Amino acid sequence: MGQKLIVGRYIPVDSFVHHLDSRAKLLATILYLVILFFANNWITYLILTLFVGLGIYLSGISFTYFLRGVRPMIWLITFTALLQMLFTSGPTMYFQFGFIYISKEGIQNGLFIFLRFVLIIFISTLLTLTTEALDLTDAIEFFLKPLKIFKFPVHEMTLMLALALRFVPTMMDEAEVIMNAQRARGVSFSEGPIMQRLKNLISLLIPLFISSYDRAPQLATAMEARGYQGGENRTKYRELTWKKIDTVVLLSFLVLFSTVYLLRG
Amino acid sequence: MSLISLKNVSYRYSSTDDFLALNNISLTIEKGEWITLIGANGSGKSTLVKTLNGLNMPQEGTISVDGLTMNEENIWTIRQKVGMVFQNPDNQFVGSTVADDVAFGLENIGVPRDEMIERINRSLEQVGMQNFKQVEPARLSGGQKQRVAIAGILALEPEIIILDEATSMLDPKGRAEVLETVKAVKERSNLTVLSITHDINEAAHADRIFVLEKGQIKYVDVPEEIFKLGDQLIDLGLTIPFVEQLRYQLMNNNLHLPNEFMTKERLVEWLWKYDSKM
Repeated sequence: MGQKLIVGRYIPVDSFVHHLDSRAKLLATILYLVILFFANNWITYLILTLFVGLGIYLSGISFTYFLRGVRPMIWLITFTALLQMLFTSGPTMYFQFGFIYISKEGIQNGLFIFLRFVLIIFISTLLTLTTEALDLTDAIEFFLKPLKIFKFPVHEMTLMLALALRFVPTMMDEAEVIMNAQRARGVSFSEGPIMQRLKNLISLLIPLFISSYDRAPQLATAMEARGYQGGENRTKYRELTWKKIDTVVLLSFLVLFSTVYLLRG
Repeated sequence: MSLISLKNVSYRYSSTDDFLALNNISLTIEKGEWITLIGANGSGKSTLVKTLNGLNMPQEGTISVDGLTMNEENIWTIRQKVGMVFQNPDNQFVGSTVADDVAFGLENIGVPRDEMIERINRSLEQVGMQNFKQVEPARLSGGQKQRVAIAGILALEPEIIILDEATSMLDPKGRAEVLETVKAVKERSNLTVLSITHDINEAAHADRIFVLEKGQIKYVDVPEEIFKLGDQLIDLGLTIPFVEQLRYQLMNNNLHLPNEFMTKERLVEWLWKYDSKM
């Protein structure tokens, strides 16, 4: 189960992208996603693709990981792109049959949408593969800090996020154990009519819920026993350090932003 | 003065319930002692240790830890003195890496970052996990996770370390590892250890054994004396040590052994002498 899931995994490599500050990476990724929706012609898409390509190259992570990130989504992406291709009419028509059109603009739009999805997945995979979950949580905490004046519980939210991330692999292991235990008792999760399969899922979900309810007070007790009293007066072990190179990277994304904005059709 | 003393402590989980989880318990623990708490399931062992750091506040009686009386004011100071390692290694691992987890307790008490790093390194070294600093819990074995849990407690420099069935979910190897670690650390820093266990080998490490039954202390004695209880031990939630089992089997086969607790060496010696007499 864990092997197939690429999004949310971290791959430790000693690379340029890995050493960037998580705040810079998070900002840059968000900025990139915004630019992506401004792009609307070949030259802008080319620039954006090259930029991601450079990022992937600098991350030192094999390209196959990124392809594996796209794989579970590929049918959805192709379907969306095909819909665009088939149902967009334009001035340069090649073919028309009833409500199905194939036009130059349609094909182009379809390809752009395909590319846009792939680039979104690439850049977010790049972020999660090169940034530890906790560093990412720290970055989110940093950006949410201003909300404290509105009494928003920033520390509590980020602690919840960090604990949730910490327990993902534990719960996945547990889900697998429960699934196997139920299979051993004759429950099938992958065969039979759809309603039956959904019903069978209950035998996985209920034990999983109950064990989480069981886990929560134990964790809370352990935290309290170690002196956890909430967010006040806490020091932090993890430290984010903003270096010059982070500013440079962020600036380059701003340059990218303005270039794409100017070149769009 | 004793490190921990309980005077007439009673605890009930619900005020409407007549059932006393702890019934008028008085005991003292000296500094540097290794105490093992045994008893059948539901005898109140876990309830008792949870009163020692205020996770359970007793309705009656007084508890003092290192000269401090347990009350709402002192509770956080006492929690720093009393470190607890719980049963399930997965459910007490807070951090997403080993170093983060050890840091958690230090962050809570506001230790500055430089000192924190030093203390993390030192305590991980004490439990032999210094090479696992950046490793995630999912990639550790149960025994390794418990050693990290111990390091997390050691970093807080407690007076007493409580093992609440901390080895019960581990395989024999992990169990031995954890016990060795605790033993080594105890000797080095003159810690007081209070362990709850159903494991006879762990109980044999103790200086004294407290036997709990239905929320009351039934026996307090050195392991040799407790092990003499023989069959009764099974009712108390413990198995008999291997040597005792062997002695009983031999006695059932009409071999007249002295009716006292024997260590492995003494039994071997006795059998050897017996053999030469024949």
